[in-house]
Amino acid sequence: MASLRKTKDFHRLTPAWNVIFNLIAGLFALACVFPFLLVMVISFTDEKTLALDGYSLFPKKWSTDAYSYLFKAGDQLLRSYGVTILVTVVGTVISLILISLFAYAISRKGFKYRKFFSFLAFFTMLFNGGLVPTYIVTTKLLGLGNSLWALILPLAVNAFYIMIMRTFFSTMIPDAIIESGKIDGAGEFGIFFRLIVPLALPGLATIALFNVLGYWNDWFNALLYIENPDLVPLQSMLMRIENSMQFILANSNNASLGTSVLQSMPQDTSRMAMVVLATGPIVLAYPFFQRYFVQGLTVGAVKE
Amino acid sequence: MKAFGRFFKDINRNKALLLMVLPATVWFLFFSYLPMLGTVISFKEYRVHGGFLSSIIHSRWVGFDNFKFLFSTNDAYVITRNTLLYNIVFIIIGLVLAVALAIVLSEIANKRLAKWYQTGMFLPYFLSWVIVGYFAYSFLSFDRGVMNKIVSAFGMDPQQWYSEPKYWPFIIVIVFLWKSLGYNSVVYLAAIMGIDKSLYEAAMIDGANKWQQIRNVTLPMLAPLMTILTLLAIGRIFYADFGLFYQVTRDSGTLYNVTNVIDTYVYRGLKTTGEIGMSTAAGLYQSFVGFALVITSNWIVRRFNKDNALF
Repeated sequence: MASLRKTKDFHRLTPAWNVIFNLIAGLFALACVFPFLLVMVISFTDEKTLALDGYSLFPKKWSTDAYSYLFKAGDQLLRSYGVTILVTVVGTVISLILISLFAYAISRKGFKYRKFFSFLAFFTMLFNGGLVPTYIVTTKLLGLGNSLWALILPLAVNAFYIMIMRTFFSTMIPDAIIESGKIDGAGEFGIFFRLIVPLALPGLATIALFNVLGYWNDWFNALLYIENPDLVPLQSMLMRIENSMQFILANSNNASLGTSVLQSMPQDTSRMAMVVLATGPIVLAYPFFQRYFVQGLTVGAVKE
Repeated sequence: MKAFGRFFKDINRNKALLLMVLPATVWFLFFSYLPMLGTVISFKEYRVHGGFLSSIIHSRWVGFDNFKFLFSTNDAYVITRNTLLYNIVFIIIGLVLAVALAIVLSEIANKRLAKWYQTGMFLPYFLSWVIVGYFAYSFLSFDRGVMNKIVSAFGMDPQQWYSEPKYWPFIIVIVFLWKSLGYNSVVYLAAIMGIDKSLYEAAMIDGANKWQQIRNVTLPMLAPLMTILTLLAIGRIFYADFGLFYQVTRDSGTLYNVTNVIDTYVYRGLKTTGEIGMSTAAGLYQSFVGFALVITSNWIVRRFNKDNALF
């Protein structure tokens, strides 16, 4: 018995250390969530209280003014939401098609040019032309300035995702399946869409989630390429209202809303309310999807 | 002729797979390889002249003038120093803390609590730098921010945080760790969970206590992942996270001396100051040194342990 208890002790930390470890992890986790809580509380604070007391987790007076104002004067918010959702959906679909087709082809051992195309993708991870030439190609040669494609295409392909998918295809899909498809007389595309894609769904889901996150959170391409207020995505809109809420009202279709609304608008709180509304979907969804994001990186780190 | 015949036969035999790589290959041509060719701009005095190609062709050839000019300014030194120093600090502190935190999480007795902590510290990974910029502002705003309240509570004067360069090296490092630590430690935690339990049992039979188990089993088993992730980071040491240095600082001009990095410099050259040639030169300098660093660090690791190398 004595020896059994001893091995158990080896297994576990002493209670004191367990408390310390809980404190370390718990406090850091709290620190990670705290700013979001703070911003949420600010968005529900009364604007005058805010002006007097500053940002606080326990405001003296609560209010939902910010949200009701956004509800009234929020067509810019809605439009930006629409742009972000459209770009995210279309971009993710395009990206999945381009990446999975390319990755599948270079995972096939019978493909004569697999080395060449693998290198074509891999080299872009090592070297790139930099921002200015990319900008000039995108605007001058492709003419994508001020179009939704400027938000979609630059993020559509990524060598790192291709490597993740290639590893996935070559480790998870047995050659026998491809052979059986050939014996049944299916063409390469038939094999890919009917046999491979259903098996590769977990890998595709991982890439899709990375893409959704990438498109949803993108502001850089909008900063570079978008001027037209109708095409401004959520994150970029949040950048534009950092210093003034003017942007959201200047583009309001509602003619009855004038400068008086801007003056009476609870600026600080509605700005934070926008932050909450823009992050809300992600904060609610990520706990259910987080494991895919860990898997993706560990799969990608496995070499072929 | 025979070689040609064989070539066409090969193409024909692989045509379905070639069709599959075609769309992404076109993408790579436009978004990766044409920009690489476009770096010739850094050897030219760029003038817009019609379309893309004619602008490049018609711009005057100036040799290395853009580079000479770039390196004759103080900017080149400042942006290189900032980019390198921040990244070195990020890599070292980030690695130590992420591994430590992963071990802490793995040893917590109550697994359900550990899962909650993990979910909490994963949140910042999912937020954009714009949002993080707002978060930082709610702390650092002069008249309403939380920091000035804390500072006042300790009887010190409130600070204009966005125009005080001396605090920013710390703020930048803290914000970086806040955003990246959770994700990295969860990745290491996944690796710890994958370690064969019999190794720990063997260590226990040998009489190793918990700390000895961590030192002699966990850490050596994590070494390959630590090497690969650090190697990836070293390869990117010449690249800064644009969002961190642009959004979190609110692009404040007074802070440039401690917050200007290669990426923000290139961006401002393109969009604000319009120094296209010099900006392209800085970008090419970044790509070139970055490339050399990946190749070298990978070569060094290969010499020690082939399995840990990237390629």
